[in-house]
Amino acid sequence: MSALTSAEPAEETVRPENRAWKKLKTNRSAQFGLVIVAFFIIIALAAPILPIDDPLATSWSAVRKAPSAAHWLGTDEIGRDILSRMIWGAQASLLAGVVSVFIAVLVGVPFGLISGYFGGWTDQAISRVTDALLATPFLILAIALAAFLGPSLTNAMIAIGLSAVPIFVRLTRGQVLAVKTEDFVEGARAVGLTHTAIMGRYILPNVLAPILVQATLTVATAIIAEASLSFLGLGQQAPAPSWGSMLNVAKNFMTQAPWMAWWPGAAIFLVVLGFNLLGDGLRDALDPRET
Amino acid sequence: MRPPTRDRIIETRALTKRFTSSKGLFGRSVSVSAVNDVSLDIRRGETFSIVGESGCGKSTLARLLVRLLPASEGAVLYEGNDISSLSEPEMRRLRKDLQFVFQDPFSSLNPRMTVGALIEEPMKVHTSLSRKERRLKVADLLTKVGLRAAFANRYPHEFSGGQRQRIGIARALASGPKVIVGDEPVSALDVSVQAQVINLLEDLKAEFDLTLVLIAHDLAVIRHMSDRIAVMYLGEIVELAPNDPLYDKPLHPYTQALMRAIPIASPHGRSMDVSLTGDVPSPLAPPSGCRFHPRCPHATSLCGTEKPALAEAADARMVACHHWEKIAENSQGSVREPPRSENAEKRFALFRERSQRQEPVTAATETQIKLSERSHNNA
Repeated sequence: MSALTSAEPAEETVRPENRAWKKLKTNRSAQFGLVIVAFFIIIALAAPILPIDDPLATSWSAVRKAPSAAHWLGTDEIGRDILSRMIWGAQASLLAGVVSVFIAVLVGVPFGLISGYFGGWTDQAISRVTDALLATPFLILAIALAAFLGPSLTNAMIAIGLSAVPIFVRLTRGQVLAVKTEDFVEGARAVGLTHTAIMGRYILPNVLAPILVQATLTVATAIIAEASLSFLGLGQQAPAPSWGSMLNVAKNFMTQAPWMAWWPGAAIFLVVLGFNLLGDGLRDALDPRET
Repeated sequence: MRPPTRDRIIETRALTKRFTSSKGLFGRSVSVSAVNDVSLDIRRGETFSIVGESGCGKSTLARLLVRLLPASEGAVLYEGNDISSLSEPEMRRLRKDLQFVFQDPFSSLNPRMTVGALIEEPMKVHTSLSRKERRLKVADLLTKVGLRAAFANRYPHEFSGGQRQRIGIARALASGPKVIVGDEPVSALDVSVQAQVINLLEDLKAEFDLTLVLIAHDLAVIRHMSDRIAVMYLGEIVELAPNDPLYDKPLHPYTQALMRAIPIASPHGRSMDVSLTGDVPSPLAPPSGCRFHPRCPHATSLCGTEKPALAEAADARMVACHHWEKIAENSQGSVREPPRSENAEKRFALFRERSQRQEPVTAATETQIKLSERSHNNA
């Protein structure tokens, strides 16, 4: 044995967290996603210091102008600079997308875990409420909640987040039901772990992958939902910009000023793509079985 | 009735486990008694094996012993205390003493945790060792089960089935248990690896002063390490006897049939005995009287109506059969190996002589073993 060990190179002692980070760094598409997301976040944060026009300043001499040197991305129906509205709108849209999904995951995943893990009466109660919420269309639920909470961007995010909760409850519950039957969960009980420890260390890490993917996809839904709420006056309050509300207005001028729709549409597409690639990369990086 | 000299570590009293499945809201609920009225005692320091064919309830019994499943009726006593009456926190504390090794090494280790974290976990729960002490003990345990200490940073999927089972054993040992219950700990492994793991369990049992409870369906596997064996059929124990007497002279007709089913590596040992006919009856509707009577070649009308109790037979053996004495008179159930031929005897003598020289295992053979285990992992 000793001859054998001495001949082998020393075992690398990589902490699991470092291993995940390393894998994320070598994953091309995850990097791409990270770059996109980082780009939009930086732009959103830097909006106040960037040398751009006032996003609220109207100009009757520049209504619905196509992209030009003066207005790189063109102007909208009352002559506001689309570039600066895009940049300021990034704040509202990213917040709406990320914060509401964060809320949804934070509320939905624990309920799903509890529901799937304990089963029985608890499961029945949580599942029936979830079913009832899922029976209401997502947007209708968000509108109702936003109307109840009052019109503001914060309330819109809460409303969207809560409306997305049942998606995560149901997804998590289903995954937990599958993982719960694995021997290692029984093994955790045999070791003498508490239910909390089993859920946290044995079940959650093993159900995280589909939740992550769902979360990145829901970011897109949330951005669009914020747009719809803005349109109804329940989200970002006009005249403050958000991509969703810009897209909403732009659809009325599709033939006269298509660029009004291009930019917010492209931005939403890119952000969603970025989050999605990042989520995929995270999922792979966190799975020790993937190399 | 029981030998008073040796201490009993686990006892079961009329232990019964029923699984109920209801069909819909208005459907009739069906109940299966997977374990039915089992009373046995396991002595401190012994290796107690439970054998039976698939579906006879042996895995359920194993889980009942450590309360991974709650009993429907009856009691499990650990060192004289009924564990089914313990509260959840009390039971969790008791798990320090009662550990479990699973059948399937591929699904019994959390794929998201490193081997080190897996083995460390029972210590975190049950001991007050510092982080550093735990790490040292992990390394120690890994070496004890025949793995390298550096493996602690790897994940379970990087190992072969045999290695994983060793990890599972190390984890079971980590809390310093008194009893380890193994639910077919080797049946998912290759035959060559089975022997290694069994030898390991035997060594560890001596080193850590363990009591082993092994579940198995392979009589050949447990013959070499059990002190006593309980034979189960359809949720009940039909025979309970010390190792050698059971193999030499099985009393219950079911045990006899099982023994005849062991393949013997000699042309002289083959018999023309008819093996058991028919299938195991559905546990949903177990036969009346003796549960074995529809398949038993010796059954009489008594067997169909009255259930035989597990009663004392000769020297410390117990059997649940109305007619065991009559059957024993003209028994052919023995599986004593036939005498070896002269040449075979010579070969065995050579082998013994060689192994007595205690040649150390060379690095080359070690590598070979490693390679074969790896290729098994890849398969």
